[in-house]
Amino acid sequence: MSKIKIGVLAVQGDVTENFLATMASMSELGIDGSVIQVKTVEQISELDGLIIPGGESTVIGQMSLVNGAIKKIKEKIESGMPVFGICAGMVFLSKNSKDRVVGNVDQPLLDILDVKIERNSFGRQKDSFEANISMDPIGISSFNGVFIRAPSVSETGSGVEILAKFNEKIVAVKQGNILATAFHPELTRDISLHKSFVKLVDNLN
Amino acid sequence: MIPLSGDIPNAKGVVCENIDSNSIARGTSTLKRGFAHMLKNGVVMDVTTVEQAQIAEEAGAVSVMVLDKLPSDVRKAGGVARTASIRIIEEIMDHVTIPVMAKCRIGHMYEAKVLDETNVDMIDESEVLTPADEYHHIWKWDYTTPFVNGARSLAEALRRIEEGAAMIRTKGEPGTGNVAEAIYHIKKVNEELRAIKSIYDSDDKQDLVKMAREFKVSYDLVEETAKIGRLPVVNFAAGGIATPADAAYLMSLGCDGIFVGSGIFKAEDAQERARAVVLATTFWEEPDKVKDAQKMIDERQSLLGLDVKNLELKMQDRGSTV
Repeated sequence: MSKIKIGVLAVQGDVTENFLATMASMSELGIDGSVIQVKTVEQISELDGLIIPGGESTVIGQMSLVNGAIKKIKEKIESGMPVFGICAGMVFLSKNSKDRVVGNVDQPLLDILDVKIERNSFGRQKDSFEANISMDPIGISSFNGVFIRAPSVSETGSGVEILAKFNEKIVAVKQGNILATAFHPELTRDISLHKSFVKLVDNLN
Repeated sequence: MIPLSGDIPNAKGVVCENIDSNSIARGTSTLKRGFAHMLKNGVVMDVTTVEQAQIAEEAGAVSVMVLDKLPSDVRKAGGVARTASIRIIEEIMDHVTIPVMAKCRIGHMYEAKVLDETNVDMIDESEVLTPADEYHHIWKWDYTTPFVNGARSLAEALRRIEEGAAMIRTKGEPGTGNVAEAIYHIKKVNEELRAIKSIYDSDDKQDLVKMAREFKVSYDLVEETAKIGRLPVVNFAAGGIATPADAAYLMSLGCDGIFVGSGIFKAEDAQERARAVVLATTFWEEPDKVKDAQKMIDERQSLLGLDVKNLELKMQDRGSTV
C-alpha cells in the first residue's frame, strides 16, 4: 500500500483547521500519508483525496475558475477521488444552488453532487447555532454540529444517501466517494468525521 | 489549532433554546470566532450602495462592510460620523449572498444593539466613526452578533479580545490610501507576539505576569496568546490599502485577510480594481499572479492618497486607552 496524499483546497476559508484535523486523524488511525494545502492544477493532480473547506462558496468558486483548478478537481472526482465538502465546499460540489433570500445566483459550481442546495438556509450569522447531530448511517451517533450561515440540501438525486437531518432539513449527505456536510467538524475537537474520510481514502488506495 | 474557546461564564450574547426538541446554542465563541475563520484569505470591501455591494460580490469579495460614507469622504466631510442608514443596510442584505457587516461608533452600545437587531453578520466597532465614549469600548460578550475591532498593538488587540471581539484588524490610517500605518501596525503586533512567545518558551512566568500588567489584560489571555504565538482570533489588515500589491504585501506579513475601505470605490476603476485586489490576496504567494493583478489597475486612477504625517485627524488614535 502506498502513502496516501490528502489535499485541503487552500483558495479561501478555514484551511488550517481542516489541515490540522486531517493530520490528527491520520496519526490517530496510524495511517502513513501526508496532508498538503493545494491551490494549483499540478498540486491537485497528485492527490488521493481532497477536502473543500468552509468559506464563501462564491469566492472559492470564482478563484478556482481563474487558475483552472475547478476543471482538474471535477476530473479527479469523476475518476473516483474521494472528496469531503464542508459548508461552502458542499455548495461548491452541488449541481444546483440558490440563496434563501436572494434566489438564483450565478456562481461557479463543480456540478457533481446531485443535490439542490439552499444557501444561508438557517438565516444569517445571528441565527448560526451549535446542535447535536447524529449520522447513524456512518456510525457516528452524536456529533456537535457547528452551523455557521449554513446551507442545507433541499432535494437529493437517486444516488444520494442522507446521513443527517436537523429540524427536517438535510445537513449531511454521501454520494459514492463524495461526503458533504453543512456544518463544520473542523471547528470542534471531534475528529471522527475527518477520520472516516481518511479511512475512505485509505481503503481505496 | 487556533483555540476557539474563551467564552466567559454567563455571557449575555449566548442564547440557548429548544427547536423541535433539540437544544441549540447561538452566539457562542465557537460560532463568533468560527464565522471570522470563514472569511480567511478573503477581501472585505467597504460599500455605500447596493450597486457597489453587487460589484464587490461579483469581483469575489468575501463580505461587504456598509458605511454611510467611505472613510476618505468621512475625513473630508468632518462633523460626526455615525452608523449607516438601516434601510440601506437592509437593502444590501437583500441583494447579496455574502455576509454583510456594518460599523458602529466606539462605545455606542445602542448603535450596536440596532445593528444586532438588524441581523448584520458582523459589527465593526470602528475608529472611522466618531467615538461615542472616550473611556469605554462596547462589552461585546453581551451580543449574539460577532464583533471586529481595530488594533495598533498587541495590547490593544488583547484588550478588545477580552471585551469579546471575535476578530481583530489593524487600524492603519483609514481613508488615506496610504498603507504605511497598516504595515507598521501588523509588524508591531508580530514583533510583540514573538517577544511574548519567547518569554513563554523560556518558562518565565514572572515576566508573563509583567506583560499582562503592561498590556492591562488578564494573565490567562496573555499566556494563551504567548503559547500559540499568534492572536487567538483571526487577524485582518485594514486602513489605507489601495492596490493589489498592498494587499499581497500585507498577506505576506501574516495577515489572515484584507479589508479595503476607500481604496476600491474611491478609485476611478473600481470594478477592475476590486477583482484585482481579490486575485492578489488569493494568489499572494505567486508574484507573477500579483503582477497580473497589478496590471489590471491604472495607477493614474488610484485614490490620490494622503501623507500620514500631515493629517489633522488621526483616526487610529481614537478609542479608550484601557
